[in-house]
Amino acid sequence: MAMAALRREGRRLAPLISPQSITAVRSSLISQEQAPLGLRSISTQIVRNRMKSVKNIQKITKAMKMVAASKLRAIQVKAENSRGLWQPFTALLGDTASVDVKKNVIVTVSSDKGLCGGINSTSVKTSKALKKLTAGPEKETKYVVLGEKAKAQLVRDSKKDIELSITELQKNPLNYTQVSVLADDILKNVEYDALRIVFNKFQSVVSFLPTVATVLSPEAVEKEAESGGKLGELDSYEIEGGETKSEVLQNLGEFQFSCVLFNAVMENACSEQGARMSAMDSSSRNAGDMLDRLTLTYNRTRQASITTELIEIISGASALQG
Amino acid sequence: MFRQASRLLAQTLRAGLRPFSSDLPAAPTSDSAFIESWKKVIPNIEPPKTPSNFLRPRPATPTSIPSKITVNFVLPYASELSAKEVDMVIIPATTGQMGVLPGHVPTIAELKPGVLSVHEGNDVTKYFLSSGFAFIHANSVADIIAVEAVRIDHIDPSLVQKGLAEFTQKLSSATTELEKAEAQIGVELHSALNSALSG
Repeated sequence: MAMAALRREGRRLAPLISPQSITAVRSSLISQEQAPLGLRSISTQIVRNRMKSVKNIQKITKAMKMVAASKLRAIQVKAENSRGLWQPFTALLGDTASVDVKKNVIVTVSSDKGLCGGINSTSVKTSKALKKLTAGPEKETKYVVLGEKAKAQLVRDSKKDIELSITELQKNPLNYTQVSVLADDILKNVEYDALRIVFNKFQSVVSFLPTVATVLSPEAVEKEAESGGKLGELDSYEIEGGETKSEVLQNLGEFQFSCVLFNAVMENACSEQGARMSAMDSSSRNAGDMLDRLTLTYNRTRQASITTELIEIISGASALQG
Repeated sequence: MFRQASRLLAQTLRAGLRPFSSDLPAAPTSDSAFIESWKKVIPNIEPPKTPSNFLRPRPATPTSIPSKITVNFVLPYASELSAKEVDMVIIPATTGQMGVLPGHVPTIAELKPGVLSVHEGNDVTKYFLSSGFAFIHANSVADIIAVEAVRIDHIDPSLVQKGLAEFTQKLSSATTELEKAEAQIGVELHSALNSALSG
């Protein structure tokens, strides 16, 4: 494109310049553009390379945004359907976030892949703050980490506090069976009085709220029921089925944990796709802006080099004539 | 100009009536004790939300027995029935079939695989549930949470028979405790399905 413009300029100036100088000019211009020497044309080559790479990045991020949008559509339906699952448990057992127990286990839900904005950092920040909140004499707080990103951040300063870490959750599409097996694993291997699940609740495509859902162990439920407060009305409920009340309460606690964890994992997956969509969108917009700026610089540099060549030619020609 | 003004007015009215998010209840409550203790220890970060922020409001306990019972039947993948007013539900508790009428005493019931029937007027809808839990609250609201449920008319009887035969055979040829337990569960499930289809 630049060569064609130069040829046009050369043809216009033909009457002024003798044939030998035209070829000389053309060859000197070619050598100047390709060789990265000399002050004038060094920037056009480099700017052109930058423009190519920025354009590629824009295409890639646009494609990633489309992929995230389609994944979000699929998983949003499932997440909204799973929202009814935890409501009966909270209606029965209340929201016991402010409970005071000895053994706290914080289950942090995060994503495996990156490029999803700040949601994993907010989850980790909330988990660390919760640990500080529930710390105290004779109390201990441990982590169970779901997802690579939170593990990478938490391993840095709380490596000994991580009991269990699970990755590659989304290799197969999320379903309840997988999550209930996971919940079973956690319940068997970790001692707890209260489980606090930290995740990002999907409110809309641009808004994700860090949320903490609390599940108490059966012993903690008994203690809270005796001491009154939120669970005081639990004694008024008749228990049907099972041998003893404690057996039913244990099954209830385990079922509650798997249901709440399922909803948490679904919501977090939704938030991940939504955050990735907006991150990739802003990234491609940024790349577009950068491309515009680079195009302006490129044109300016190109025109400046043409003008300089013309000045040289004309001054050379006038020196020959005059 | 007047046409535009009326259109804008209608738009703002519509926008005002439409809720921001279908999940936020009319009057969101929050766990104030938790927020207080959070603010004391970690003043810089916003306290996270808790489930009570997103809980749909529940009706209060009425003084007299209401005429209908409100049923919420939820599965991990869908809310089958959400705040549906019915006359009676029969749930398959581990102690047997339990009929729930409005004004039932508050109960927590563990469920075994069986048939849930929802009676409303003259229609009866039957679902086959795998296990789960049922809560009946003092305000005549019944929450039934099951892992899987299918409507009886969607079940294929020939497959049920085949499954029953397969699991009975597995039970007789089982060697380890684990295999025996798995086969036992399969037999129980399929015989429950069988009796559900016939009963």
